[in-house]
Amino acid sequence: MTTVAAGILYAPRRERGAFAGFVIRLVSQKRLGAFGAAVFVLFLFCGVFAGALAPHGMNEISPINRMKAPSIEFPFGTDNLGRDMLSRILYGARLSVIIGFCAAGLATVISVLIGVTSGYLGGGFDMLAQRLVDAWMTFPDLVILIAVVSAVGPGMPQVIVILGLLYGIAGSRIIRGAVVAVRENLYVLAAQSLGAGTPRILWWHILPNVLPPVIVLFTTRVGIVILAEAGLSFLGLGVPPPAPTWGGMLSGSGRAYMYQGPWLALAPGLCLTIVVYAINMFGDALRDLLDPRMRGSR
Amino acid sequence: MLTYILRRLLALVPTLFFASLIVFVTVRIIPGNVIDLMLSQNDIAVGKDRAQLEAALGLDRPMHIQYFRWVGGAVRGDLGRSLWQNTPVTAQLLDRLPVTFELGLLALTVALGVALPIGVYSAIRQDTTGDYLTRSFSILMLAIPSFWLGTLVMVFPSIWWGWSPEIKYVSLGQDPLKNLGQMIVPAVILGTSLSAVTMRLTRTMMLEVLRQDYIRTAWAKGLSERPVVTRHALRNALIPVVTLIGLQAPLLIGGAVIMEQIFVIPGMGLLLLDAVGQRDYPIITGVFLILGVCVMLINLLVDLSYGTLDPRVRYRA
Repeated sequence: MTTVAAGILYAPRRERGAFAGFVIRLVSQKRLGAFGAAVFVLFLFCGVFAGALAPHGMNEISPINRMKAPSIEFPFGTDNLGRDMLSRILYGARLSVIIGFCAAGLATVISVLIGVTSGYLGGGFDMLAQRLVDAWMTFPDLVILIAVVSAVGPGMPQVIVILGLLYGIAGSRIIRGAVVAVRENLYVLAAQSLGAGTPRILWWHILPNVLPPVIVLFTTRVGIVILAEAGLSFLGLGVPPPAPTWGGMLSGSGRAYMYQGPWLALAPGLCLTIVVYAINMFGDALRDLLDPRMRGSR
Repeated sequence: MLTYILRRLLALVPTLFFASLIVFVTVRIIPGNVIDLMLSQNDIAVGKDRAQLEAALGLDRPMHIQYFRWVGGAVRGDLGRSLWQNTPVTAQLLDRLPVTFELGLLALTVALGVALPIGVYSAIRQDTTGDYLTRSFSILMLAIPSFWLGTLVMVFPSIWWGWSPEIKYVSLGQDPLKNLGQMIVPAVILGTSLSAVTMRLTRTMMLEVLRQDYIRTAWAKGLSERPVVTRHALRNALIPVVTLIGLQAPLLIGGAVIMEQIFVIPGMGLLLLDAVGQRDYPIITGVFLILGVCVMLINLLVDLSYGTLDPRVRYRA
């Protein structure tokens, strides 16, 4: 009897070795998800060690080697200034990793702050917060991004903060939904009747139990943010050149040379597609394994 | 029904108020840029100093006064004048809106034309090779950035066959066929990238509906596959799909902006990007507001369409 009561009154606790168990389940049950995770790790590795891996500097100009087609010396070819595309792709991975993790991290923190308080407190605060989120979500992501960047000017810190804010506010819905479901559990009631304060309940009782959707949200956001940053840089509103962003390499100024060197159009887009595809696959698998409730939502 | 629509329109007012505030504050948060830009181009600002320019453009007043003047104009359909050309913003927007609307509508048609049949096929032939192929395709389309696809379409056909999309824009009124020929490439790219999510949802919903009792009844009546799938299953599976279309409206518009940039189509997106380059605030806020209103109206239409799809839905005023 006591064990049953304990199961209801206390929040379920994670056992040790959960991570190892998770990796085993991922590899055995979700092949595509495991593949996505592997590509994701490789992408992280390239980003972190870009400096050591790249054969040339990211902006090393070499006039003799202008517009060289892919060869053994330059596996992805060179651009109109003779810069090695492979090196630029690797450094571009670094930029994508930095922007992806910082902006998705910021977005997740904002989502959790809004979602947890709004979902737990309810009432007038919830009402007002949700109407503001409604108004915010009316606008096309890209149009908000363009308008805000036009005000603050392009640059990496601005892009991170804007992307974080944008997707943080939109993602708060998902966290709020999870919190509303958790809020009614007996262990929350038990904590309340023991006299625990609101911050304590939020931190120790609500947050640990909405961790699965938070992790899934973060992972899927990394992919979305990378794609959004590429779109912005493509329009010339992201990280300004000569920074080697994948979106920027595909942008208008580079397009003029693509007719002479089609390889310029291939590598950045292909990398972008593979990385985003891998993150989507990994995110889907995470969602299925960690949080079956979120299946089918995006 | 009419009272329901009226109530829904009234409910948009607070959202619109918040939205206009967000628009105005985000766009104007750092003033002075446009003045710098104008001062750097002597022919416009000749013989004038900063204060004179600011006063002439009304940018010297306090922010809240500027906001109320703008809102006051906006409710009367006057969105101010362009800071550079001094033309009315409303007229420019009305000029550009049909172009983006056409592109969006074509893209949506393509998206549904691809997503619905394939989603249904994928569900009724679950776990066959065809199902796997179409699902992998849809997941791949989710990851391919539409601006990359657009760039590839610009570059490779031109290298291989010497074909490139027409750059000089022809409006629908001037030459409908030529106009459609120009619009169809960006619309197909945008549509297929949007179709991925719709396809996945159509498949999921169809799978769920096909297991319902009334489907078994329809089969038991001796109906053939076609009416069972289209009349009984699809219609019931469509409601969440239609909701999704409403949710995708912002994505559709965002994608249209990029397609307009790549294929040089003079719609709202190109107007926005040009205005951003020149820090032309009234145009930026105008485009922003109109696109927001469009998304709200699309969602209202989506809600109204539930009643036609599902007679059980009644609108209570």
